[in-house]
Amino acid sequence: MTTATGPATGTYAPKPGAAPLPRMIAAQAVLETKMLLRNGEQLLLTVVIPTLLLVLFSSVDIVDTGAGKSVDFLTPGILALAVMSTAFTGQAIATGFERRYGVLKRLASSPLPRWGLMTAKTASVLVTEVLQVILLTAIAFSLGWSPHGGPLAVLLLLVLGTAAFSGLGLLMAGTLRAEATLAAANLVFLLLLVGGGVIVPLDKFPAGARGVLELLPVSALSDGLRAVLQHGAAMPWGDCGILAVWAVVGLAAAGKFFRWE
Amino acid sequence: MRSEPVVQVQALVKRYGTKTAVDGLDLVAQAGVTAVLGPNGAGKTTTVETCEGYRRPDSGTVRVLGLDPVRQSRELRPRIGVMLQSGGVYSGARADEMLRHVAKLHAHPLDVDALIERLGLGSCGRTGYRRLSGGQQQRLALAMAVVGRPELVFLDEPTAGLDPQARRATWDLVRDLRADGVSVILTTHYMEEAEQLADDVAIIDAGRVIAQGSPEELCRGGAENTLRFTGRPGLDIGSLLKALPADCTAAELTPGAYRVAGKVDPQLLATVTSWCAQHGVMPDRISVERHTLEDVFLELTGKELRS
Repeated sequence: MTTATGPATGTYAPKPGAAPLPRMIAAQAVLETKMLLRNGEQLLLTVVIPTLLLVLFSSVDIVDTGAGKSVDFLTPGILALAVMSTAFTGQAIATGFERRYGVLKRLASSPLPRWGLMTAKTASVLVTEVLQVILLTAIAFSLGWSPHGGPLAVLLLLVLGTAAFSGLGLLMAGTLRAEATLAAANLVFLLLLVGGGVIVPLDKFPAGARGVLELLPVSALSDGLRAVLQHGAAMPWGDCGILAVWAVVGLAAAGKFFRWE
Repeated sequence: MRSEPVVQVQALVKRYGTKTAVDGLDLVAQAGVTAVLGPNGAGKTTTVETCEGYRRPDSGTVRVLGLDPVRQSRELRPRIGVMLQSGGVYSGARADEMLRHVAKLHAHPLDVDALIERLGLGSCGRTGYRRLSGGQQQRLALAMAVVGRPELVFLDEPTAGLDPQARRATWDLVRDLRADGVSVILTTHYMEEAEQLADDVAIIDAGRVIAQGSPEELCRGGAENTLRFTGRPGLDIGSLLKALPADCTAAELTPGAYRVAGKVDPQLLATVTSWCAQHGVMPDRISVERHTLEDVFLELTGKELRS
């Protein structure tokens, strides 16, 4: 054998170094988004179900959505559902399986820092949400939707909602087994779809239950979006407050309990 | 030229609950290829994963390229390449996609296409990770470990379960890495792999290093080696012994079958054949038996390695 420490000139001669941080995070965000858009189950959750619910319940009078056009009631709820499907359900399931398949472990020994990976995940969630909002609002407009209110309040609600759902999704993905996360995330999605004021108005529930349901993140998000988009309210501070509390608690718990492998 | 060790582990202890996986392990690996050899459950993976920064030692110190793998991880990570025992790839990713991605995380990566070609992964570039064969998945993991042009590569059982052809491809790459100045720490439970590739072998059992040295040193240090030949019966053993070095023994096992035991080297072989020449003996079927690492391991631990 030749000596191991000769002059380093060959193909594999060491030349280590991390790529610039913004480039690493951008590359990671692009890959995460590609994985998400390529996954059929994820698309069912983030695109197909919200679209179907919006079209179905706007055109067929199944649920009494109160006074006014049903699309005006439904669209804010469906936007809240879209945020939940991506930031919570989709992110929890994807991250749970990444943990299970050693992807998080492998990336942890790459030059990309952990916070960089989390930033990329958030960016990928935001990109997906933008696509969802574009698609769903286009469909809503075609169904005769007439929104009110300012875009700033809507944006703040969407960002707070994303933070709250991401914290809860990552907490689940980082503590449960991947299969348990898959089951639980889907179950929670279904329960919150029904009981979170997304398509069924919360005043249909008994007063006692309603008081609790109103504190759920999806209820706060759909209620806040509805206050702005349907009723033209300025800034629904109460709903923002509920979402902010969920965001702080969820992200802090995820930060504390998340296990990488 | 010997620079500072690439890995220095001192009195490492790592427990999982009540089970002690690594029990006061000391290991120094110099530049080159170091094989960490041991049966399943000996503590190989725990030791390597502590070096990679995945596990915090319960006690003891670990330095990799002079750095603390936990506290100086940010500095260390770009300089090392890691091949996990399994997994590490998005289940929805295509083989080339993940490799290209890891390349993008480094400043001066290897040419990805050339690396894919080199490892025979060209045919499965667009195939999804889940549909790759076990051997292809392992070669992809190997490619991911080297693509960032690291100074030091950790390979955790890189050829476990590979067919002979894929194993040779992996061995060839390890030899090329070494020739180009990349240091390699590899765990294995294949004796042959350690003998073929390693400059230095550390044998681990029950969480400790029980022997370390070059494959030759380890084989020499074990039981005596032997030289056997056949000739006409009744040769003068006393005369043969006088010709041999003092620490050798010689015996006629059965009429005409002779055995010389001791440090078997070219000099000893020459001594025996020239003694035969002087005494008009034609040594038929002369054979040299040197101990393999497997013998050494069995002797040290009394355990089967390849089980």
